[in-house]
Amino acid sequence: MDTLYVQGIGVSEGVRIAPAFIYRRKEAGGAPAPAELPADPEAIRAELSRLGEAKRRCARQLEDLSAKAAETLGEDQAGIVTGQRRLLDDPAFYPKMEAWVQEKRVPAEQAVAGIVEQVAGVFEAMSSDYMKERAADIRDIGGRLLNALAAKEDRGLTAITERVILVADDLAPSDTIQLDPERVMGLITRAGGATSHTAILARSLGIAAVVGAGSAIDGIADGDLIAVDGAAGRCIVRPSEAEAEQSRLRMEEGERERAALARYAARPAVTADGTRVELAANIGTAAEAKAAAAQGAGGVGLFRTEFLFMNAPAMPGEEEQFRAYREAAAAMDGRPVIIRTMDIGGDKALPYLDLPREDNPFLGYRAIRIGLGRQDLLKVQLRAVLRASAFGNVKVMFPMISGLQEWREAKGVLEEAKEELRRSGAAFDEHIEAGIMVEVPSAAVMAGAFAREVDFFSIGTNDLVQYTLAVDRMNDKVAYLYDYFHPAVLQLIRQVIEASHRAGKWTGMCGGMAGDPLAAPLLLGLGLDEWSMEAGRLGVIKKELSTLDREACRSLADSVLTLDTPHAVRQALEEFRRAIGHTL
Amino acid sequence: MITQTVTIRNKQGFHVRPAQQFSDRAGQYEAQVAVVTEDGRRADGKSMLELMTLGLEAGSVVTIEAAGPGDEEAVRALAELVDGKFGED
Repeated sequence: MDTLYVQGIGVSEGVRIAPAFIYRRKEAGGAPAPAELPADPEAIRAELSRLGEAKRRCARQLEDLSAKAAETLGEDQAGIVTGQRRLLDDPAFYPKMEAWVQEKRVPAEQAVAGIVEQVAGVFEAMSSDYMKERAADIRDIGGRLLNALAAKEDRGLTAITERVILVADDLAPSDTIQLDPERVMGLITRAGGATSHTAILARSLGIAAVVGAGSAIDGIADGDLIAVDGAAGRCIVRPSEAEAEQSRLRMEEGERERAALARYAARPAVTADGTRVELAANIGTAAEAKAAAAQGAGGVGLFRTEFLFMNAPAMPGEEEQFRAYREAAAAMDGRPVIIRTMDIGGDKALPYLDLPREDNPFLGYRAIRIGLGRQDLLKVQLRAVLRASAFGNVKVMFPMISGLQEWREAKGVLEEAKEELRRSGAAFDEHIEAGIMVEVPSAAVMAGAFAREVDFFSIGTNDLVQYTLAVDRMNDKVAYLYDYFHPAVLQLIRQVIEASHRAGKWTGMCGGMAGDPLAAPLLLGLGLDEWSMEAGRLGVIKKELSTLDREACRSLADSVLTLDTPHAVRQALEEFRRAIGHTL
Repeated sequence: MITQTVTIRNKQGFHVRPAQQFSDRAGQYEAQVAVVTEDGRRADGKSMLELMTLGLEAGSVVTIEAAGPGDEEAVRALAELVDGKFGED
């Protein structure tokens, strides 16, 4: 068969190659044929007892799954399963199935399928996307009940014994928590988007994943060799020998990188001349804080709280936010955790916060602009952050600050939140550090003025580069212009670091540049104080830093800052690496 | 039968969490509990599923009904839960 190229949405990076495992939940025999029970009370009783036994089995399965999920994935994921367990006890669900068996005299299977369709149909007809998705939960549990009635165990994903690429229409919540990342190397689904449950789970398990591949997956047969590129969202089905070889090489390279990381993870980040460097991780959920700590992070440099909001059916309240922030603070055990207030808007919409579509969202109503427009929401978040500060070393940071007025207003809301907590006697860190993200060029230009008032800066290179160079890096036609080695960007970075040091403050970096080993000597030379990156990059950067001498890097930075093109900068950095014996 | 009419005031309306809290609380009483919308749709107050499917949003007006042992207290407690915006902000 011909090679097939499938393009979907890349949601969890990594290159993996393995045979396909086609997974579709076996709906025990599909929809049951309509039938009627004999008008014998004994037959009805027997049918009700079958149904009851199926319910008990299901309940047990879900309780097991939930215990397992709580252990391996944290309370959030376990919540999905406990929600399904709860459904089984809902008076509008199981008792209605019993009623169908009794009143309509239909077999248990038919009662289950009938009620499930009825309830799922109601959810599907609702206007909220979140509610529509609940239909999948209902069908998931319906499938379980039918399987239990057929007295067969679900063909669990745990049964996979070889390394495979999982191919599925979509994964139900109770499926995803059975994924074993040792065996499921990658996954491709027909449905789903970047913020779907499957995507988030794949990322936290390190499974390369492409979702939303559409009907293209119909061309995949069980056992077909598939190469998945989870960053590019591309899959090659039945690749040529050369393509397969290339993917294998990239997969092995990734494995070597992970192994190198493991070796460096436990060591502190120290340069060749003995300077300690603060290396921290970027995280999106509290559960990732634990993983980051295990991977050798010296703290959390960026907690992107928006995932907490994007994965919720409704705006999470103070308690729920507090629990998540406290969990992250506790996982870091006294090491700093910088919590960034919600950075929504732009490409990150919230279904329950009715934000109008904008022609130019990246220059529009987003991040701190929403926070200051909706100070009620910002204050709830700040109260939760403050309360968590009693349980660890918590700092707070505001995104997208473009001028001093915004910072002062945000700081004002923080002070109000503190005052409220003081009045109610809640514990928090009175000296909590508050800083800003430097991602708008105007903030970098005004760094001297900001430095008198903020406790720290964190440079977000992704947006800083996009705004400084006026380049949308998602636009293929102009993406070549996107380069954090552009001299204009480097000047801004130097200006920010120097301004903070003059005022006795510090500067961190939480964008993609911090995780690039080529940039490491330059950033060290510029005097960057804290580096925050995806936890997977920590080992590479620790290793790089261990070979660097700070004085040599200072001279390098001085000479690099005189160069006038990104190309010249890269050349100088590559030459520096060659000179100290690195090969790229 | 005891009834009380209340207005949903939490911003997200009767979403998952409020429905869960409401049905949990209703489940603590022996009395039958129902929630009736202005256009006459009814949900079992002890069923999170039925409560969610009413699709109640902020501003919706509903009547809480209870009949049986503890009905008075049930209605009072549930109305308080709704008035208190389910502990949201």
